[in-house]
Amino acid sequence: MTENYTALYEEHKKLGASFTDFGGWQMPLKYSSELAEHHAVRKSAGLFDLSHMGEVWVTGPEAAAFLDYALVGKISAMAEGKAKYSLICQEDGGIIDDLITYRRGPEKFLVVPNAGNAKVVADALAERAAGFDVLVKDASAETSLIAVQGPRAEAILLRLMPAEQHALVTELKYYAAVEVGFTFDGGTQELLLARTGYTGEDGFEIFVANDSAAALWQAIAETAEEGELTPAGLASRDSLRLEAGMPLYGNELSREGNPFAAGLGPAVALSKESDFVGKDALAALKADGAGSTSGRKLVGLKGLGRRAGRGHYPVLKDGAVVGEVTSGQPSPTLGYPVALAYVDVEHTELGTALDIDLRGKSEPFEVVALPFYKRTK
Amino acid sequence: MPKVAPELQYSDEHEWVSRGEGNLVSVGISEVATDALGDIVYVDLPEVGSTVTAGATCGEVESTKSVSDLYSPVTGEVTEINDAVVSDPALINNDPYGAGWLFKVAAESEGPLLSAEEYASKNGGDLS
Repeated sequence: MTENYTALYEEHKKLGASFTDFGGWQMPLKYSSELAEHHAVRKSAGLFDLSHMGEVWVTGPEAAAFLDYALVGKISAMAEGKAKYSLICQEDGGIIDDLITYRRGPEKFLVVPNAGNAKVVADALAERAAGFDVLVKDASAETSLIAVQGPRAEAILLRLMPAEQHALVTELKYYAAVEVGFTFDGGTQELLLARTGYTGEDGFEIFVANDSAAALWQAIAETAEEGELTPAGLASRDSLRLEAGMPLYGNELSREGNPFAAGLGPAVALSKESDFVGKDALAALKADGAGSTSGRKLVGLKGLGRRAGRGHYPVLKDGAVVGEVTSGQPSPTLGYPVALAYVDVEHTELGTALDIDLRGKSEPFEVVALPFYKRTK
Repeated sequence: MPKVAPELQYSDEHEWVSRGEGNLVSVGISEVATDALGDIVYVDLPEVGSTVTAGATCGEVESTKSVSDLYSPVTGEVTEINDAVVSDPALINNDPYGAGWLFKVAAESEGPLLSAEEYASKNGGDLS
Protein backbone atom coordinates (compact mmCIF):
# COMPACT_ATOMS: atom_id res chain seq x y z
CA MET A 1 0.00 0.00 0.00
CA THR A 2 1.38 3.41 -0.91
CA GLU A 3 1.58 5.96 1.88
CA ASN A 4 -0.37 9.17 1.40
CA TYR A 5 0.74 12.45 2.92
CA THR A 6 -1.58 15.39 3.50
CA ALA A 7 -0.67 18.90 2.40
CA LEU A 8 -0.01 19.63 6.09
CA TYR A 9 2.58 16.88 6.62
CA GLU A 10 5.48 19.36 6.84
CA GLU A 11 3.55 21.44 9.40
CA HIS A 12 3.12 18.35 11.56
CA LYS A 13 6.81 17.53 11.27
CA LYS A 14 7.72 21.07 12.35
CA LEU A 15 5.49 20.62 15.41
CA GLY A 16 7.27 17.37 16.33
CA ALA A 17 4.33 15.06 15.67
CA SER A 18 4.60 11.31 15.94
CA PHE A 19 2.87 9.74 12.99
CA THR A 20 0.66 6.73 12.50
CA ASP A 21 -0.86 5.06 9.47
CA PHE A 22 -4.60 5.63 9.27
CA GLY A 23 -6.54 4.47 6.24
CA GLY A 24 -3.35 4.55 4.17
CA TRP A 25 -2.42 8.06 5.33
CA GLN A 26 0.52 9.15 7.46
CA MET A 27 -1.35 11.19 10.08
CA PRO A 28 -0.23 12.89 13.30
CA LEU A 29 -1.04 10.59 16.22
CA LYS A 30 -0.05 13.20 18.78
CA TYR A 31 2.26 16.19 19.02
CA SER A 32 3.22 15.91 22.68
CA SER A 33 0.76 14.33 25.10
CA GLU A 34 -2.55 12.98 23.79
CA LEU A 35 -4.10 13.62 27.22
CA ALA A 36 -3.07 17.28 27.12
CA GLU A 37 -4.48 17.55 23.59
CA HIS A 38 -7.74 15.96 24.72
CA HIS A 39 -8.13 18.36 27.67
CA ALA A 40 -7.23 21.34 25.46
CA VAL A 41 -10.17 20.57 23.16
CA ARG A 42 -12.58 20.25 26.10
CA LYS A 43 -11.35 23.42 27.83
CA SER A 44 -10.19 25.73 25.02
CA ALA A 45 -9.59 24.55 21.44
CA GLY A 46 -7.71 22.02 19.33
CA LEU A 47 -6.45 22.24 15.75
CA PHE A 48 -6.82 19.07 13.67
CA ASP A 49 -5.74 18.00 10.19
CA LEU A 50 -8.58 15.93 8.72
CA SER A 51 -7.32 16.05 5.14
CA HIS A 52 -7.40 12.26 4.98
CA MET A 53 -11.20 12.47 4.85
CA GLY A 54 -12.78 12.23 1.40
CA GLU A 55 -14.67 14.95 -0.50
CA VAL A 56 -17.02 13.82 -3.25
CA TRP A 57 -19.13 16.39 -5.13
CA VAL A 58 -22.49 15.32 -6.50
CA THR A 59 -24.05 17.79 -8.92
CA GLY A 60 -26.79 17.83 -11.54
CA PRO A 61 -30.56 18.06 -11.97
CA GLU A 62 -31.15 14.69 -10.28
CA ALA A 63 -28.52 15.06 -7.55
CA ALA A 64 -31.05 15.01 -4.68
CA ALA A 65 -33.01 12.07 -6.09
CA PHE A 66 -29.77 10.21 -6.73
CA LEU A 67 -28.55 10.64 -3.13
CA ASP A 68 -31.96 9.49 -1.86
CA TYR A 69 -31.28 6.29 -3.82
CA ALA A 70 -27.59 5.89 -2.95
CA LEU A 71 -27.77 6.70 0.80
CA VAL A 72 -30.18 5.54 3.49
CA GLY A 73 -31.32 9.03 4.56
CA LYS A 74 -33.79 11.37 2.90
CA ILE A 75 -31.25 13.75 1.46
CA SER A 76 -33.76 15.56 -0.78
CA ALA A 77 -35.53 16.88 2.34
CA MET A 78 -32.44 18.85 3.43
CA ALA A 79 -32.51 22.62 3.15
CA GLU A 80 -29.70 24.38 1.33
CA GLY A 81 -26.87 25.19 3.76
CA LYS A 82 -27.58 22.22 6.01
CA ALA A 83 -25.53 19.11 6.70
CA LYS A 84 -26.83 15.62 7.40
CA TYR A 85 -25.27 12.50 8.92
CA SER A 86 -26.08 9.43 6.86
CA LEU A 87 -24.92 5.97 5.84
CA ILE A 88 -24.16 4.24 2.58
CA CYS A 89 -25.22 0.60 2.80
CA GLN A 90 -24.90 -2.56 0.76
CA GLU A 91 -27.91 -4.36 -0.68
CA ASP A 92 -27.84 -6.63 2.40
CA GLY A 93 -27.92 -3.66 4.79
CA GLY A 94 -24.23 -3.87 5.75
CA ILE A 95 -22.63 -0.47 6.28
CA ILE A 96 -20.10 0.63 3.64
CA ASP A 97 -19.44 3.91 5.45
CA ASP A 98 -20.93 6.64 7.55
CA LEU A 99 -20.68 10.09 6.02
CA ILE A 100 -21.81 13.69 6.20
CA THR A 101 -23.60 15.27 3.24
CA TYR A 102 -23.69 19.06 2.81
CA ARG A 103 -26.31 20.68 0.59
CA ARG A 104 -24.58 23.53 -1.22
CA GLY A 105 -27.31 24.30 -3.76
CA PRO A 106 -30.54 22.93 -5.22
CA GLU A 107 -28.48 20.58 -7.41
CA LYS A 108 -25.17 20.57 -5.54
CA PHE A 109 -24.03 18.35 -2.66
CA LEU A 110 -20.73 17.58 -0.97
CA VAL A 111 -20.37 14.08 0.48
CA VAL A 112 -17.61 13.51 3.07
CA PRO A 113 -16.69 9.85 3.69
CA ASN A 114 -14.01 8.46 5.97
CA ALA A 115 -10.36 8.34 4.92
CA GLY A 116 -10.01 4.64 4.30
CA ASN A 117 -13.36 4.52 2.52
CA ALA A 118 -13.08 7.60 0.31
CA LYS A 119 -12.36 5.68 -2.87
CA VAL A 120 -14.82 2.89 -2.08
CA VAL A 121 -17.58 5.45 -1.50
CA ALA A 122 -16.69 7.48 -4.59
CA ASP A 123 -16.73 4.28 -6.65
CA ALA A 124 -20.04 3.10 -5.14
CA LEU A 125 -21.62 6.50 -5.81
CA ALA A 126 -20.35 6.50 -9.41
CA GLU A 127 -21.76 2.99 -9.91
CA ARG A 128 -25.13 3.87 -8.35
CA ALA A 129 -25.32 7.03 -10.50
CA ALA A 130 -26.13 4.99 -13.61
CA GLY A 131 -29.48 6.18 -14.96
CA PHE A 132 -29.42 9.46 -12.99
CA ASP A 133 -28.62 12.83 -14.51
CA VAL A 134 -25.76 13.58 -12.09
CA LEU A 135 -22.04 14.10 -12.05
CA VAL A 136 -20.01 12.42 -9.28
CA LYS A 137 -16.58 13.98 -8.83
CA ASP A 138 -14.06 12.75 -6.27
CA ALA A 139 -12.12 15.85 -5.14
CA SER A 140 -10.44 14.11 -2.19
CA ALA A 141 -6.94 14.36 -3.66
CA GLU A 142 -7.13 18.15 -4.12
CA THR A 143 -8.98 19.08 -0.93
CA SER A 144 -7.69 19.56 2.60
CA LEU A 145 -9.85 19.70 5.70
CA ILE A 146 -8.86 21.56 8.87
CA ALA A 147 -10.91 21.37 12.06
CA VAL A 148 -10.92 23.77 15.00
CA GLN A 149 -12.81 22.19 17.88
CA GLY A 150 -13.56 23.38 21.39
CA PRO A 151 -15.28 26.21 23.25
CA ARG A 152 -12.79 28.82 21.93
CA ALA A 153 -13.07 27.68 18.28
CA GLU A 154 -15.52 30.36 17.16
CA ALA A 155 -13.63 33.24 18.80
CA ILE A 156 -10.36 32.13 17.19
CA LEU A 157 -11.74 31.74 13.67
CA LEU A 158 -13.66 35.04 13.71
CA ARG A 159 -10.31 36.87 13.91
CA LEU A 160 -9.54 35.72 10.36
CA MET A 161 -12.86 36.93 8.92
CA PRO A 162 -14.09 40.37 7.91
CA ALA A 163 -16.31 41.86 10.64
CA GLU A 164 -19.35 42.11 8.38
CA GLN A 165 -19.36 38.32 7.97
CA HIS A 166 -19.11 37.48 11.67
CA ALA A 167 -22.88 37.09 12.04
CA LEU A 168 -22.82 34.38 9.36
CA VAL A 169 -20.65 32.34 11.71
CA THR A 170 -22.05 33.28 15.12
CA GLU A 171 -25.55 32.43 13.85
CA LEU A 172 -24.46 29.26 12.04
CA LYS A 173 -26.33 26.29 13.50
CA TYR A 174 -24.84 22.89 14.36
CA TYR A 175 -24.77 20.73 11.21
CA ALA A 176 -24.87 23.70 8.86
CA ALA A 177 -22.25 25.25 6.58
CA VAL A 178 -21.57 28.60 4.94
CA GLU A 179 -19.02 30.16 2.57
CA VAL A 180 -17.07 32.84 4.41
CA GLY A 181 -14.01 34.95 3.64
CA PHE A 182 -10.80 33.97 5.41
CA THR A 183 -8.01 36.54 5.35
CA PHE A 184 -4.61 34.84 5.29
CA ASP A 185 -1.46 34.59 3.23
CA GLY A 186 -1.87 38.17 1.98
CA GLY A 187 -5.38 37.74 0.56
CA THR A 188 -8.94 36.71 1.27
CA GLN A 189 -10.40 33.38 0.16
CA GLU A 190 -14.02 32.26 0.28
CA LEU A 191 -13.96 28.88 2.04
CA LEU A 192 -16.63 26.42 3.06
CA LEU A 193 -16.96 26.48 6.85
CA ALA A 194 -19.10 23.83 8.57
CA ARG A 195 -20.24 23.73 12.18
CA THR A 196 -19.62 20.00 12.52
CA GLY A 197 -17.18 17.84 14.38
CA TYR A 198 -16.27 14.58 16.01
CA THR A 199 -15.32 15.68 19.50
CA GLY A 200 -18.53 16.43 21.39
CA GLU A 201 -17.57 20.12 21.55
CA ASP A 202 -18.67 23.10 19.53
CA GLY A 203 -16.37 23.45 16.56
CA PHE A 204 -15.80 23.92 12.88
CA GLU A 205 -14.40 22.15 9.85
CA ILE A 206 -12.93 24.17 6.98
CA PHE A 207 -12.51 22.87 3.43
CA VAL A 208 -9.53 24.37 1.63
CA ALA A 209 -7.56 23.61 -1.51
CA ASN A 210 -4.33 21.71 -0.85
CA ASP A 211 -2.09 24.55 -2.01
CA SER A 212 -3.58 26.95 0.56
CA ALA A 213 -3.86 24.47 3.44
CA ALA A 214 -0.49 25.11 5.09
CA ALA A 215 -0.96 28.89 4.97
CA LEU A 216 -4.43 28.61 6.52
CA TRP A 217 -3.16 26.21 9.22
CA GLN A 218 -0.39 28.68 10.10
CA ALA A 219 -2.78 31.65 10.09
CA ILE A 220 -5.17 29.91 12.50
CA ALA A 221 -2.29 28.91 14.78
CA GLU A 222 -0.84 32.43 14.73
CA THR A 223 -4.13 34.22 15.40
CA ALA A 224 -4.67 32.18 18.56
CA GLU A 225 -3.39 33.51 21.84
CA GLU A 226 -0.78 31.68 23.90
CA GLY A 227 -2.31 28.43 25.18
CA GLU A 228 -5.64 29.04 23.44
CA LEU A 229 -5.23 26.52 20.60
CA THR A 230 -3.38 23.20 20.74
CA PRO A 231 -2.55 21.09 17.69
CA ALA A 232 -4.28 17.76 18.31
CA GLY A 233 -3.66 14.37 16.72
CA LEU A 234 -5.68 11.26 16.00
CA ALA A 235 -5.14 9.79 19.49
CA SER A 236 -7.05 12.63 21.12
CA ARG A 237 -9.58 12.69 18.28
CA ASP A 238 -10.35 9.06 19.10
CA SER A 239 -10.69 9.59 22.86
CA LEU A 240 -12.84 12.70 22.28
CA ARG A 241 -15.24 10.94 19.92
CA LEU A 242 -15.46 7.94 22.23
CA GLU A 243 -16.50 10.14 25.17
CA ALA A 244 -19.05 11.74 22.85
CA GLY A 245 -20.39 8.24 22.04
CA MET A 246 -19.72 8.66 18.32
CA PRO A 247 -19.09 5.51 16.26
CA LEU A 248 -15.87 4.97 14.31
CA TYR A 249 -16.00 3.09 11.04
CA GLY A 250 -13.98 -0.11 11.39
CA ASN A 251 -14.64 -0.29 15.14
CA GLU A 252 -18.39 0.16 15.64
CA LEU A 253 -19.49 0.18 12.00
CA SER A 254 -18.77 -2.42 9.34
CA ARG A 255 -20.18 -4.26 6.37
CA GLU A 256 -21.04 -7.15 8.71
CA GLY A 257 -23.04 -4.91 11.05
CA ASN A 258 -26.24 -3.01 10.43
CA PRO A 259 -27.56 0.46 11.29
CA PHE A 260 -30.15 -0.76 13.83
CA ALA A 261 -27.65 -2.69 15.94
CA ALA A 262 -25.36 0.37 15.85
CA GLY A 263 -28.12 2.59 17.22
CA LEU A 264 -28.36 4.43 13.89
CA GLY A 265 -31.90 3.31 13.04
CA PRO A 266 -33.16 6.91 12.89
CA ALA A 267 -30.73 7.58 10.01
CA VAL A 268 -32.56 4.98 7.89
CA ALA A 269 -35.50 6.65 6.12
CA LEU A 270 -37.59 3.55 5.39
CA SER A 271 -40.54 5.90 4.86
CA LYS A 272 -39.09 7.61 1.79
CA GLU A 273 -41.24 6.87 -1.26
CA SER A 274 -38.32 6.15 -3.58
CA ASP A 275 -36.27 2.98 -3.60
CA PHE A 276 -32.77 3.03 -2.10
CA VAL A 277 -29.89 0.59 -1.98
CA GLY A 278 -30.41 -1.77 0.95
CA LYS A 279 -34.08 -0.86 1.51
CA ASP A 280 -35.53 -4.40 1.44
CA ALA A 281 -32.84 -5.85 3.69
CA LEU A 282 -33.06 -2.95 6.14
CA ALA A 283 -36.85 -3.18 6.29
CA ALA A 284 -36.54 -6.90 7.06
CA LEU A 285 -33.92 -6.26 9.76
CA LYS A 286 -36.16 -3.67 11.36
CA ALA A 287 -39.18 -5.99 11.22
CA ASP A 288 -37.03 -8.63 12.85
CA GLY A 289 -36.25 -6.28 15.76
CA ALA A 290 -32.51 -6.00 14.99
CA GLY A 291 -30.82 -4.08 17.79
CA SER A 292 -33.99 -3.93 19.90
CA THR A 293 -35.39 -7.42 20.45
CA SER A 294 -32.94 -9.55 18.48
CA GLY A 295 -29.20 -9.85 18.01
CA ARG A 296 -26.71 -7.50 19.59
CA LYS A 297 -26.87 -3.78 20.19
CA LEU A 298 -24.19 -1.13 20.66
CA VAL A 299 -24.11 0.11 24.25
CA GLY A 300 -21.98 2.28 26.47
CA LEU A 301 -20.14 0.61 29.35
CA LYS A 302 -18.76 2.46 32.36
CA GLY A 303 -15.88 0.87 34.25
CA LEU A 304 -16.30 0.52 37.99
CA GLY A 305 -12.60 -0.22 38.48
CA ARG A 306 -9.53 1.41 36.97
CA ARG A 307 -8.85 -0.95 34.08
CA ALA A 308 -10.08 -0.18 30.58
CA GLY A 309 -11.61 -2.60 28.10
CA ARG A 310 -10.09 -2.57 24.62
CA GLY A 311 -11.30 -3.46 21.16
CA HIS A 312 -12.24 -7.15 20.74
CA TYR A 313 -12.17 -7.95 24.48
CA PRO A 314 -15.10 -10.24 25.40
CA VAL A 315 -18.03 -8.90 27.44
CA LEU A 316 -19.27 -11.34 30.07
CA LYS A 317 -22.47 -11.85 32.06
CA ASP A 318 -21.98 -14.29 34.94
CA GLY A 319 -18.93 -15.66 33.16
CA ALA A 320 -20.63 -16.30 29.81
CA VAL A 321 -19.69 -14.29 26.71
CA VAL A 322 -22.57 -11.95 25.78
CA GLY A 323 -20.75 -9.36 23.70
CA GLU A 324 -17.54 -7.77 22.45
CA VAL A 325 -15.88 -4.41 23.02
CA THR A 326 -15.42 -2.29 19.88
CA SER A 327 -13.64 0.72 21.43
CA GLY A 328 -12.48 1.39 24.95
CA GLN A 329 -10.05 3.38 27.03
CA PRO A 330 -9.84 5.42 30.20
CA SER A 331 -11.93 8.57 29.73
CA PRO A 332 -9.63 11.56 30.29
CA THR A 333 -12.54 13.90 31.05
CA LEU A 334 -14.62 11.62 33.24
CA GLY A 335 -11.81 9.84 35.03
CA TYR A 336 -13.14 6.30 34.65
CA PRO A 337 -12.87 3.70 31.86
CA VAL A 338 -15.47 3.81 29.11
CA ALA A 339 -16.18 1.38 26.30
CA LEU A 340 -18.51 0.86 23.41
CA ALA A 341 -19.55 -2.76 22.97
CA TYR A 342 -21.97 -4.90 21.04
CA VAL A 343 -23.97 -6.85 23.63
CA ASP A 344 -26.85 -9.36 23.31
CA VAL A 345 -30.00 -7.23 23.53
CA GLU A 346 -31.31 -9.03 26.65
CA HIS A 347 -28.36 -7.64 28.65
CA THR A 348 -28.50 -4.02 27.47
CA GLU A 349 -30.87 -2.40 29.95
CA LEU A 350 -29.31 0.63 31.62
CA GLY A 351 -27.64 -0.33 34.88
CA THR A 352 -27.01 -3.95 33.90
CA ALA A 353 -23.84 -5.24 35.57
CA LEU A 354 -21.44 -6.83 33.07
CA ASP A 355 -17.77 -7.76 33.10
CA ILE A 356 -15.08 -7.24 30.51
CA ASP A 357 -12.51 -10.00 30.20
CA LEU A 358 -9.22 -8.09 30.45
CA ARG A 359 -6.75 -10.63 29.18
CA GLY A 360 -8.05 -13.29 31.58
CA LYS A 361 -9.10 -11.01 34.46
CA SER A 362 -12.73 -9.95 34.86
CA GLU A 363 -13.29 -6.25 35.46
CA PRO A 364 -16.73 -4.91 36.44
CA PHE A 365 -18.61 -2.56 34.10
CA GLU A 366 -22.14 -1.21 33.95
CA VAL A 367 -24.40 -0.39 30.99
CA VAL A 368 -24.86 3.39 30.83
CA ALA A 369 -26.61 5.84 28.52
CA LEU A 370 -24.71 7.39 25.61
CA PRO A 371 -23.05 9.78 25.17
CA PHE A 372 -20.67 9.33 28.09
CA TYR A 373 -19.83 13.02 27.93
CA LYS A 374 -22.11 15.89 26.99
CA ARG A 375 -20.91 19.46 27.01
CA THR A 376 -22.75 22.08 29.05
CA LYS A 377 -24.08 24.80 26.75
CA MET B 1 14.29 11.69 20.00
CA PRO B 2 13.73 9.86 23.31
CA LYS B 3 16.50 10.16 25.90
CA VAL B 4 18.56 7.16 26.93
CA ALA B 5 20.19 7.59 30.35
CA PRO B 6 23.88 6.77 29.81
CA GLU B 7 24.48 5.33 33.31
CA LEU B 8 21.86 2.55 32.98
CA GLN B 9 21.62 -0.84 31.27
CA TYR B 10 18.65 -1.93 29.18
CA SER B 11 16.73 -5.02 28.14
CA ASP B 12 15.40 -5.66 24.66
CA GLU B 13 11.91 -5.14 26.09
CA HIS B 14 12.80 -1.54 27.06
CA GLU B 15 13.23 -2.01 30.80
CA TRP B 16 16.18 -0.26 32.40
CA VAL B 17 18.29 -1.58 35.27
CA SER B 18 20.13 0.55 37.82
CA ARG B 19 22.56 -1.06 40.25
CA GLY B 20 22.29 -0.18 43.94
CA GLU B 21 24.05 -1.59 46.97
CA GLY B 22 25.00 -5.26 46.88
CA ASN B 23 22.76 -7.16 44.51
CA LEU B 24 19.90 -4.69 44.77
CA VAL B 25 18.73 -3.28 41.42
CA SER B 26 16.04 -0.78 40.47
CA VAL B 27 13.91 -1.37 37.38
CA GLY B 28 11.96 1.05 35.21
CA ILE B 29 11.00 1.50 31.58
CA SER B 30 12.89 3.62 29.09
CA GLU B 31 11.72 6.82 27.45
CA VAL B 32 11.74 4.90 24.15
CA ALA B 33 8.96 2.80 25.69
CA THR B 34 7.05 5.69 27.31
CA ASP B 35 7.12 7.64 24.03
CA ALA B 36 5.71 4.65 22.15
CA LEU B 37 3.07 3.92 24.78
CA GLY B 38 1.77 7.46 25.14
CA ASP B 39 0.27 8.71 28.39
CA ILE B 40 0.37 5.93 30.97
CA VAL B 41 -2.80 5.65 33.04
CA TYR B 42 -2.39 2.39 34.95
CA VAL B 43 0.47 0.20 36.08
CA ASP B 44 0.26 -3.29 37.56
CA LEU B 45 3.48 -4.14 39.44
CA PRO B 46 4.68 -7.42 40.98
CA GLU B 47 4.04 -7.80 44.71
CA VAL B 48 6.74 -7.22 47.29
CA GLY B 49 8.12 -10.63 48.31
CA SER B 50 7.23 -12.29 45.01
CA THR B 51 9.87 -13.68 42.70
CA VAL B 52 10.35 -12.28 39.23
CA THR B 53 12.16 -14.09 36.43
CA ALA B 54 14.36 -12.47 33.80
CA GLY B 55 12.54 -12.35 30.46
CA ALA B 56 9.16 -13.26 31.99
CA THR B 57 6.17 -10.95 32.36
CA CYS B 58 5.70 -9.49 35.81
CA GLY B 59 3.04 -6.84 35.30
CA GLU B 60 1.27 -4.57 32.87
CA VAL B 61 1.58 -0.99 31.73
CA GLU B 62 -1.58 0.56 30.35
CA SER B 63 -1.67 3.79 28.38
CA THR B 64 -4.62 5.66 26.92
CA LYS B 65 -4.13 3.68 23.72
CA SER B 66 -2.81 0.27 24.65
CA VAL B 67 -1.83 -2.34 27.20
CA SER B 68 1.71 -3.73 27.28
CA ASP B 69 3.28 -6.47 29.32
CA LEU B 70 6.02 -5.54 31.73
CA TYR B 71 9.01 -7.91 31.59
CA SER B 72 11.50 -8.33 34.37
CA PRO B 73 15.08 -7.84 33.20
CA VAL B 74 16.43 -9.76 36.24
CA THR B 75 15.62 -12.79 38.41
CA GLY B 76 15.13 -12.42 42.16
CA GLU B 77 12.84 -11.34 44.97
CA VAL B 78 10.97 -8.04 44.75
CA THR B 79 11.96 -5.94 47.77
CA GLU B 80 10.09 -2.73 47.10
CA ILE B 81 7.62 -1.23 44.62
CA ASN B 82 7.13 2.43 43.79
CA ASP B 83 3.72 3.23 45.29
CA ALA B 84 3.93 6.76 43.87
CA VAL B 85 3.67 5.52 40.26
CA VAL B 86 0.76 3.24 41.17
CA SER B 87 -1.25 6.23 42.37
CA ASP B 88 0.14 8.64 39.74
CA PRO B 89 1.23 6.71 36.63
CA ALA B 90 2.01 9.98 34.79
CA LEU B 91 5.27 10.02 36.78
CA ILE B 92 6.51 7.29 34.45
CA ASN B 93 6.05 9.57 31.42
CA ASN B 94 7.39 12.65 33.16
CA ASP B 95 10.52 11.14 34.70
CA PRO B 96 11.06 7.59 33.43
CA TYR B 97 14.62 7.30 34.77
CA GLY B 98 13.98 9.00 38.12
CA ALA B 99 10.71 9.37 40.03
CA GLY B 100 9.09 6.96 37.56
CA TRP B 101 11.08 3.88 38.69
CA LEU B 102 8.88 0.78 39.10
CA PHE B 103 10.33 -1.83 41.48
CA LYS B 104 13.49 -3.07 43.19
CA VAL B 105 14.81 -6.61 43.14
CA ALA B 106 17.44 -8.52 45.13
CA ALA B 107 18.87 -9.90 41.92
CA GLU B 108 20.17 -13.48 41.77
CA SER B 109 20.80 -13.35 38.04
CA GLU B 110 20.25 -11.09 35.05
CA GLY B 111 18.83 -11.57 31.61
CA PRO B 112 20.77 -10.27 28.61
CA LEU B 113 21.30 -6.53 29.06
CA LEU B 114 22.49 -3.88 26.61
CA SER B 115 24.75 -0.97 27.41
CA ALA B 116 23.20 2.48 27.01
CA GLU B 117 25.21 2.93 23.78
CA GLU B 118 23.98 -0.36 22.32
CA TYR B 119 20.39 0.33 23.36
CA ALA B 120 20.44 3.88 21.98
CA SER B 121 21.86 2.85 18.61
CA LYS B 122 19.41 -0.03 18.31
CA ASN B 123 16.33 2.04 19.21
CA GLY B 124 17.21 5.49 17.94
CA GLY B 125 17.62 7.09 21.36
CA ASP B 126 19.47 10.22 22.42
CA LEU B 127 22.34 9.51 24.83
CA SER B 128 23.13 13.09 25.87
